[in-house]
Amino acid sequence: MLQIKDLTYIVDEGNEKKTIIDNLTLDIADSKFTVITGPNGGGKSTLAKLIAGIIKPTSGKILLDDENITDMSITDRALRGISYAFQQPVKFKGLQVFDLLKIAAGKDTKLSFNDACTYLSEVGLCARDYINREVNASLSGGELKRIEIATVLARGTKMSVFDEPEAGIDIWSFQNLTRIFENMRKNITDSGIVIISHQEKILRIADEIVVLADGKIRMQGEGSEILPKIMGTPDAATVCEKIQGV
Amino acid sequence: MVELDPIQKRLIEEIADIHETPVGAYNFRANSKLAGRNTTANIDIISKEDGSGIDIKIKPGTKNESVHIPVVISASGIKETVYNDFYIGEDSDVVIVAGCGIDNCGKQDSQHDGVHRFFVGKNARVKYVEKHYGSGDGDGKRILNPVTEVTMEEGSYMEMEMVQIKGVDSTVRTTNATLAAGAKLMVQERLMTHGNQSAYSVYKAELNGDGASADVVSRAVARDNSYQKFDACVIGNAACHGHTECDSIIMDNGRVLAVPALEAHNVDAELFHEAAIGKIAGEQLDKLMTLGLTAEEAEQQIINGFLK
Repeated sequence: MLQIKDLTYIVDEGNEKKTIIDNLTLDIADSKFTVITGPNGGGKSTLAKLIAGIIKPTSGKILLDDENITDMSITDRALRGISYAFQQPVKFKGLQVFDLLKIAAGKDTKLSFNDACTYLSEVGLCARDYINREVNASLSGGELKRIEIATVLARGTKMSVFDEPEAGIDIWSFQNLTRIFENMRKNITDSGIVIISHQEKILRIADEIVVLADGKIRMQGEGSEILPKIMGTPDAATVCEKIQGV
Repeated sequence: MVELDPIQKRLIEEIADIHETPVGAYNFRANSKLAGRNTTANIDIISKEDGSGIDIKIKPGTKNESVHIPVVISASGIKETVYNDFYIGEDSDVVIVAGCGIDNCGKQDSQHDGVHRFFVGKNARVKYVEKHYGSGDGDGKRILNPVTEVTMEEGSYMEMEMVQIKGVDSTVRTTNATLAAGAKLMVQERLMTHGNQSAYSVYKAELNGDGASADVVSRAVARDNSYQKFDACVIGNAACHGHTECDSIIMDNGRVLAVPALEAHNVDAELFHEAAIGKIAGEQLDKLMTLGLTAEEAEQQIINGFLK
């Protein structure tokens, strides 16, 4: 269980202070597929970065299985079971896909070539073609996204956070990515999955939907309950814009 | 039979990845003396009459054979210049592994300047690997100044892997190549300097025949207070294709000067250069830390990958 308590994140913008996350409290259960949605600029990606430890909150607490991880480094959180898939996957000159998967699997796991291939196949990549590729600009946005997701799969931790997996990829690539998340949803056991997304296909498979705007939770509940309230247009974001200030 | 002490064996492992006596032709040089030699039916190794080095003669048509010519120095205060000439026969296909390792635990400088000349025959293919390595905690410096001169005949191909990862205090690496029609040169340099080391890497490739091509690519890391200068010039004298690229990571107080240069003397010469210098991106460290590595481990992985 991931618990976020009274979390606030304020940034300096020139002479002004801007509140990005505003006294937010949220419980994210294990064994559930939680989708966080809401308008652009509402604080979703910031929340994901706060959970992963990439940025530190101004105040408030984050607990993982009752342990306070608020002041922990990115590494310590990762070792305790937080995984984070970047919205913009990071490129590396020289590091190959296999290297990244071996790092992801952890020092105590000797990831075999076959294991690595399994993870790549799960994200729809022909393992033989990719395993020795460098994780650099020669890969397309869709390929990088899939590899990013594969690194999270290889970690197999108890709480995985995916920041807008649909961002920056074409509609055809996204159709395939949706299947990956559908499979994750089917095979979910005692680990939690959090996805930040605007996409209806992702929202439809959510156990729980959280709508975030202006750094606050505007709606929260079971997917079947929340989805009808925010649907009706092709893009949930448009609806979320309407409900700002609700 | 090769006779080496434990330090020399370790140096040989570092520079040539050799754990036992290699298969094929070889010439081992340790502390300025011959430590072992083997020739084959197709590859002859002959000491120069004046004692200044060796001639390696590879018969035309020799395929899938290798030559190892490592040099190790484990005594302090040795300074030597060695001239090795490689005559690579037409239509042959060979691997040549050179390199020098210096272990200096003494107060005096140790220096090896290897001058290698390659004469690559028509349609021959050569893979050349040269690794340089230094170790030892003495005050004496470990100095390596390799000079490589390559003459490539028509349709020949040469791939050069030039690596210096650790322990060399001062180096001036000079590589000059001339290419006839249809010849192709691929250079991959991997360089890391640390402490107060300095490294000058100078390449000049002259493309003299139509269809000749050269690709000179350097990846380098300068850390601590070290300094590097990469100076690569591709000269197009015919309808040719040339590319040079320098990609450097700087850390701590490291300094890098990249000077990629192009010179065209023919309207059909196509020449390109690229250079980039920067520190390790914060997001790269963040990504590897989200996979469970510490910041130090992440940095090491990024550098290892970059120099792989």
